[in-house]
Amino acid sequence: MSAPPSGPVTREVTPQIVRWAVAGLALVWAVPFWWMLVAAFRPAGSTADASLLPSLAPTLANFAEAWASADFPLYFLNSVAICAGILLVQLVTASLAGYVFARLEFPGRGLLFGLFLVQLMLVPVVLLVPNLKTIAALGLYDTLPGVMVPYCATAFGTFLMRQSFREVPRELEDAAMIDGAGWWARIRLIYLPLTKPALVAFSIVSVTSHWNEFLWPLMVINSPDKRPLTLGLASFTLSAEGMQAWGLIAAGTFLVSLPLLAAFLIFQRRFVNSFLASGIK
Amino acid sequence: MPAASAAEPSAPRRPWAGLLLPLALLSPSLVFLALFTYWPVIEVLWDATHAVTRRGTRFVGLDNFTALFADPTFRRALLNNALYALGTVVPSLVLALAFALALNGAGRVRALMRALFFLPVMIPLVAAAALFLFLFLPGIGLIDHHLARLGLAGANWLGDPDLALGAITVLTVWKNAGYYMLFILAGLQAIPDEAREAALLDGAGPWQRLLYVTLPALRPTFAFVGVIALLNAVTQVDHVFVLTKGGPSDATKLLLFYIYEQAAERYDAGRAAAATVVTLALLAGLTGLSLARGQGPEAAR
Repeated sequence: MSAPPSGPVTREVTPQIVRWAVAGLALVWAVPFWWMLVAAFRPAGSTADASLLPSLAPTLANFAEAWASADFPLYFLNSVAICAGILLVQLVTASLAGYVFARLEFPGRGLLFGLFLVQLMLVPVVLLVPNLKTIAALGLYDTLPGVMVPYCATAFGTFLMRQSFREVPRELEDAAMIDGAGWWARIRLIYLPLTKPALVAFSIVSVTSHWNEFLWPLMVINSPDKRPLTLGLASFTLSAEGMQAWGLIAAGTFLVSLPLLAAFLIFQRRFVNSFLASGIK
Repeated sequence: MPAASAAEPSAPRRPWAGLLLPLALLSPSLVFLALFTYWPVIEVLWDATHAVTRRGTRFVGLDNFTALFADPTFRRALLNNALYALGTVVPSLVLALAFALALNGAGRVRALMRALFFLPVMIPLVAAAALFLFLFLPGIGLIDHHLARLGLAGANWLGDPDLALGAITVLTVWKNAGYYMLFILAGLQAIPDEAREAALLDGAGPWQRLLYVTLPALRPTFAFVGVIALLNAVTQVDHVFVLTKGGPSDATKLLLFYIYEQAAERYDAGRAAAATVVTLALLAGLTGLSLARGQGPEAAR
């Protein structure tokens, strides 16, 4: 039987016109990033702000000015503290709850699991008005823990850990029980080491979403020195906009976006797999 | 997933332990869920049906809702959010499908383009808004500048009430299409090669194979991604804060931004609570729709 003229079957499955259109769209998609890079490294007032041609004499002046005019190092630390705090508590709560729903039998398990999943729909940001009252009542208004606490329980994390704990062979746990290992030893020594990919996937999704979060911190944080990067960037942008300092805005945006963009470009496959699991977040 | 072995390793040895251990391990989660998921729902229902006056709190039934729906700004926000949802979900999904179809498979160029389409997903929505602030800038902005070089007239994209919501929509499509592409790529990989080969041997052209093989197979993926996209259209409004603050003349006021304004700027707790209840009802409806179609979390993997 002669081979089909169009080559391997898997290659030619898409109408040719779609492929050309997508190649064109890729250029369009790249334009905002390209402008950000060109404008951030361009000396002030050298050419039109909208020019997409890179400057022949690139400068770091915009970065220096952005760094000096907003407290980015502090915002950065605040973002790191928020993301790390949320993630640490989430890893504990989600592993414990995931273990319960994966391996323990008790009356009312289905009902409780359903109660957890309710959080997938009632995302904290929609409940910002009542949650802000709770935060204030707990004395956490204008504090970093106030930004973190609504996320400490995670239905998505619990669901993910339950799924991966279920794939751990029961025989391993049985053997450990015979050796007299308690529930904590079994989780720590058997379940967690065997479900590292799920833990990594959850961590990536959690950190990404809280690193990028804006509205909830905006409600909770009042003092400028407690702002995370997103709040800092928003206020920085609004003041630089008044000065028409577009190179400055590009540099500030680049600084704020760089950590996650770099992490993504280095660990692409891990990120992609994590986000696929995050569909239910 | 019933275990094949007769032994039940997790069966309690002491009867009281049967409930004690699960509840103890769930309690950290349950405390946080109670405080920030269950309690706020009760509180918001209470706030929405009560009025705080100088003489105390009083049950007012649906008065807050009547006032809410009488507020033209709220009705505008509902309409805006519906248009915004339609304007972001449909183009995002069509583009995501096109990206996935064109970029499915091996090859460096494809991998590079997949990464490129995914990059906007990784930056904060406020960072994307900061970039688009200059893109949409009238006169010297990126779009207007290059339109002028082509001899075309620009516009005040964010300042014109007829265009502002469209501009916000464009930003959202740019930001999210790559995320949805990921799910469609995964859906494409799940289509068995035999289905395509059979169609090819039957002499089906690329369009026919797309229409009769690929798209039907992707239907569950689309149902699922569509719900995520709809939820995002309600819950992600950060760019409105940077670009338009709901203006000009309420043209970009979305539900969550309206709630924020009522709570943080007008201090109208009853109105904010009533608007939250309406938004929650919408979200519940959307989620219920997805569960009814068998696209719950279980099907997501």
